Amino acid sequence: MDWKRFGFIAIIIVVLFGGVVAVGQAQQRPLLIVTSMLATTIAVATPLTLGALSGVFCERAGVVNIGIEGMMLASAFFGWLAAIYMFHVFEYPTGISITVGALFAIITGMLMGLLHAVLSITFKVDQIIGGTVINILAVGLTGFLNRQMFFGKGSVFEGSIPNSPGILPAIHVPITEILSPLCGANSPLCIENIAAINRVFDQKPIALSAIILVFVSHYVLFNTRWGLRTRAVGEHPKAADTVGINVIKMRYANVLIGGAFAGLAGAYFTIESVPSFEPLLTNGRGFISLAAMIFGNWTPIGAWAAALVFGASSALQINMQIFRAVIPPHLAFLQQSYIVGLIPYILTMIILTGIIGKTTPPAADGVPYEK
Amino acid sequence: MQSEKQTNSLSKFTSSLKRFIEWIDPILVPLLAILTSMIVGGIIIKSVGGDPILAYKGLLEGSFGSAELGPVKSQRAMSETAVWATPYIFAGLAVALAFKGGLFNIGAEGQLALGAVFSSLIGYALPGWLGVDLPTIIHLPLAILGGLVMGGIWAGIVGALKAYTGGHEVINTIMMNYIALNSTSFLLNGVMKDPSPTNVIARTPLIAESARFAPMFEGLRVHWGFVLALFTAVFIWWLLNKTTLGFEIRTVGANPDAAHYAGVNVKRTLILTMFISGALAGMAGAIEVTGLNYRHELGFSQGYGFDAIAIALLGKSHPIGVVLASILFAAMRNGATRMQFLTQMPVDLISMIQAFILLFVAADAIVRFIFHIKSTGERVVLTRGWGG
Repeated sequence: MDWKRFGFIAIIIVVLFGGVVAVGQAQQRPLLIVTSMLATTIAVATPLTLGALSGVFCERAGVVNIGIEGMMLASAFFGWLAAIYMFHVFEYPTGISITVGALFAIITGMLMGLLHAVLSITFKVDQIIGGTVINILAVGLTGFLNRQMFFGKGSVFEGSIPNSPGILPAIHVPITEILSPLCGANSPLCIENIAAINRVFDQKPIALSAIILVFVSHYVLFNTRWGLRTRAVGEHPKAADTVGINVIKMRYANVLIGGAFAGLAGAYFTIESVPSFEPLLTNGRGFISLAAMIFGNWTPIGAWAAALVFGASSALQINMQIFRAVIPPHLAFLQQSYIVGLIPYILTMIILTGIIGKTTPPAADGVPYEK
Repeated sequence: MQSEKQTNSLSKFTSSLKRFIEWIDPILVPLLAILTSMIVGGIIIKSVGGDPILAYKGLLEGSFGSAELGPVKSQRAMSETAVWATPYIFAGLAVALAFKGGLFNIGAEGQLALGAVFSSLIGYALPGWLGVDLPTIIHLPLAILGGLVMGGIWAGIVGALKAYTGGHEVINTIMMNYIALNSTSFLLNGVMKDPSPTNVIARTPLIAESARFAPMFEGLRVHWGFVLALFTAVFIWWLLNKTTLGFEIRTVGANPDAAHYAGVNVKRTLILTMFISGALAGMAGAIEVTGLNYRHELGFSQGYGFDAIAIALLGKSHPIGVVLASILFAAMRNGATRMQFLTQMPVDLISMIQAFILLFVAADAIVRFIFHIKSTGERVVLTRGWGG
């Protein structure tokens, strides 16, 4: 992913935003449209970014991870369950309950990562199978426990799903407080604009950490000894082994890190986005993360760019529904939600085939290491 | 002389026993893997206060019937297992064939849905377009062919993108899945919606009688599609192992560079592999329409495409293995209802046991360790990661 490609992706995002502004300005001020679209973009991109980072760490170390979906689903469930238990059974306050919930989600992700590592590194199971096992297991386990914990014999909740303690709050960045005095006394519009911009920066912890983690991951993978070793193990494990790198250990560690990322993505669904769980709630987003990872050519920033394109297209879709009434007649097909719903997917395919072309996985990706 | 003869026959016996063990090994380990999974599942059932024996009895009765249930219910149980198995076999073959060609088709779900949509379209609209009533012998094959070709083209596009631009098939099949499902919603809520005044569901009209399979047995839902699925499995085995195309598919799957230097047209083979794979998935949809539902309804196919991946892996991408894996998965899905009825164990338990089966079949080292079976030493390469 060179800068020309990033430039192209930036242009696409600008065009998507511009399209909505062009249609919606009859009904809403452009600044408010852009800020609301930015918020949606970041929200949609958060789990995809984290899921893709999970894949990047696993696969850079040479372990294919198609179990991101299952890892996310299991983490979302156990994080949510832990939060409920802390709140209702152990009667801790809300803040502690949801923090513990988020930690549990990460731990669940790491445990799923450990399962994948044991299967694919120690037992040298075909790694696609390892990932598929995790995907099916997560569906079964969460569905089974979701019923058994609340409706089964001896359930502490006696046949009802209690309310979750809540979701993580946004972190307020005091832009309004600092900038609004500059507006002067008689300009409510100016203050309103600053407040709208402020809302984009008031992100919730997981969304914020996803963005930070993209750059941290990039730094770790390409500028540290750990990263060099990880990539060596994924490209040419035999050579890495010869110079004294413990291939097995490196792979285990990176798959566990990948699991933690997927766990954080799972926490996003039930601890940060909505305070509830439903079976199959990840709804294929693990697979879209996988696509984002390949799209980004196994780099953190590339994967993030892909996730943002996806987020921006989703924002376009949602806003086109909001502005349905003011869509000009010659663009009437944009009123069909199913047609607009195709945009993210078609766009991804066009960018992939037209601009990015062939992507290259790490050379030893998917190959078990045998001395 | 006598003793020599004895040792001779003894060595003959031991060698034939050895051959028997070698022959049974590919089946023995999976069987033990299933047994191990059942034991693990039993422990889970026990730990939540259920009765494992009763649960498994329910599972078996619900899938294959029993003397206790009586012949009518038993026949129905077996019929329903075959009904479940039919799309599994087609979709499983689709994924397995792609694996053989070194491709990962995650998009069977979308290919199946589009196959069903086009099969329905031909089923209900073609006589009207032509203005004549078609005989079954023409109309039914056309309806199946419609689904087959549509699924094939849908996946073939991905194959062509891979061949000519290098765009990765995993991304493109995932994206084509969503495009297919959105388009299906669009069509079933729009131009193809059943126009009858009482209908509020996103579904097509019923297909014409002439586009339907005749019932196999009176009063049972099992249809000739199941038999067709078995024949298709044999056909795919023949295609892969006895034809030039099959050889090319396997060669490209094993090593595209080597295949290229050996004179195989790699691009053409990639496209054809994806086309056949998609055609099989499309056929799964077409058979569901022509043999079972007689229309396509939104959401009926949810999950077949992803189960198909597990089935292809469980069957080790071998057509006969896929058939066995499909019947196993179908029996478990079908029997789960009776299991739940008898023991109040949630149906989701089945997904867990299926995950364990896949796990233990794949990680045969664990099973061999538990049951002290020596490894045959060879490692079959199923998938090649992302293929590069």
